[in-house]
Amino acid sequence: MSTLLEVKELVVRYGGIEAVKGINLHIHQGELVTLIGANGAGKTSTLNALAGLLKPASGEIRFEGELLNSSPIHQLIQRGLALVPEGRGVFPRLTVEENLAMGAYTRKDKPGMRADLNQVFESFPRLQERRQQKAGTLSGGEQQMLAIGRALMGRPKLLLLDEPSMGLAPLMVQTIFSVIQRVAKEGMTVFLVEQNARLALQSAQRAYVMEGGMIRFNASANECLSDPRVRLAYLGEDS
Amino acid sequence: MNKRIYIGLLCLTVVIALPFGTDAFLGRSWVRLLDFALLYTMLALGLNIVVGYAGLLDLGYVAFYAVGAYLYAMLASPHIGMHWPLWALLPMGALLAASFGAVLGAPTLGLRGDYLAIVTMGFGEIIRIFLRNLNITNGPAGIDLIDPIQIGNFSFGSSHSLLGWDLPSIYNYYFLFIVLTAFIVLVSYRLSDSRIGRAWAAIREDEIAAKSMGLNTRYLKLMAFAMGAAFGGISGVLFAGFQGFISPESFTMGESVMILCMVVLGGMGHLSGVIMGAILLAILPEAFRPLSQFQQITFGHVWLDPANLRMLMFALALIVVMILRPEGLWPSPVRRRELHQNDAMPASVQKEGP
Repeated sequence: MSTLLEVKELVVRYGGIEAVKGINLHIHQGELVTLIGANGAGKTSTLNALAGLLKPASGEIRFEGELLNSSPIHQLIQRGLALVPEGRGVFPRLTVEENLAMGAYTRKDKPGMRADLNQVFESFPRLQERRQQKAGTLSGGEQQMLAIGRALMGRPKLLLLDEPSMGLAPLMVQTIFSVIQRVAKEGMTVFLVEQNARLALQSAQRAYVMEGGMIRFNASANECLSDPRVRLAYLGEDS
Repeated sequence: MNKRIYIGLLCLTVVIALPFGTDAFLGRSWVRLLDFALLYTMLALGLNIVVGYAGLLDLGYVAFYAVGAYLYAMLASPHIGMHWPLWALLPMGALLAASFGAVLGAPTLGLRGDYLAIVTMGFGEIIRIFLRNLNITNGPAGIDLIDPIQIGNFSFGSSHSLLGWDLPSIYNYYFLFIVLTAFIVLVSYRLSDSRIGRAWAAIREDEIAAKSMGLNTRYLKLMAFAMGAAFGGISGVLFAGFQGFISPESFTMGESVMILCMVVLGGMGHLSGVIMGAILLAILPEAFRPLSQFQQITFGHVWLDPANLRMLMFALALIVVMILRPEGLWPSPVRRRELHQNDAMPASVQKEGP
């Protein structure tokens, strides 16, 4: 298995506050890796640094072996990263179809785009039903589907998902997670940042547990699920 | 298809006949007002690119108008003794204003909403104060004796006779402004439906999401500022040639606000709406002028200074429109839907589902 993304000693600062204090992680080709942790643990900061929305204070980010540090975000997208931002971030006044077209903004191959559009509609029949509807009128879950579909339209090599379960009803969370699992099964490499630790661990192959800006724990998802510390702190169970 | 040709011909006839009709029924000063309405239309269309398309609130837009006007005034008047022709100065004005737009855009890229509005407002004032205090712009006295616009041997500043009709200078300018307005409308229309237009829409909607789509938001925002500014520069060049005299007082913040009002009142982002807003607001203050005569006749005394009363009526009209039609007088269908979502949509859609 080749390493797609490698992060070394990544530090992210907001002014004097260190949100991410030198973490290491790596993602192999085709893996579904999750980063779990409580509010304020530094998960989103980590992800935003990977996606180029934040400039890391120090450390290395390598994508396919190449150093990415502080490349502007539009270049990262062209290299094959796709971010589904926290809170979905669909374009509310554009239609579903226009939203999906924006996802392929950096691409030039029209036939490929049409094929991918059909692929997305196949994966999310709900979006096809509502292709002419304004994205702002979709339900939260549908918007999340749209955000994921839109990211896939860029044909990324690595899909970065920020809290896809946020603000969704439990039933919809299940649906979204099955979608994520399916996307991963089809060969997409996924890095999933999530607060809903149980679901994230059930879907992922490997997990990083983040606490206070550091990675506390790093193991296969199954090991995490049975680890007493994780069970106590994130799954709300006594072992 | 035939129908469209007829409508087009009808519009063309109206546009050509308009100054003659206005002159005959309302008097020559109203033709002059029409010319100004067209200048404002060009300005409003330029600002519409920044505010309506890209969603960047710019309160200092008049600065670009000033840049264009001063460029023409300095290079086509006895002020420095240069008399460059329009065909050179018009593109130069557009380019210079566009580079000023980029200069304003570059440091404000990280700003949004209120903060951007404050900085752009400051920028507008800085330009005006510079013009007021520099020697080369002749300070507060401004520049006069500016050459009338001339293309080849045809001077727009003097009257010409055509088929027995005597066409005074304001008619010439009217037709010149119509042609350039049509050009700006065409460019705006093409832009709104282009790749860059869709990218602007995405930035307006959600900048972070637009970034994560791989849009170079920096470049796109600079483009919006520069393109909007270029149209401002073009109108400025025309204004200087038309008016023959300019001073810093023509480029106050009030003008910026007025242009913004035209865009918002007409319907942000929608071309027909913006054009209507510009023409309406350019003419409305004049239309209230007879109110002073009315007072003179009925009370034998002018109780309220007409200038003040005009602005008061104007303000009231704006407030009423914004209460009754917050989306603008002639909005784009999209924007209308957005602001009237709650009363137009069935209850089942309104409720946020799971």
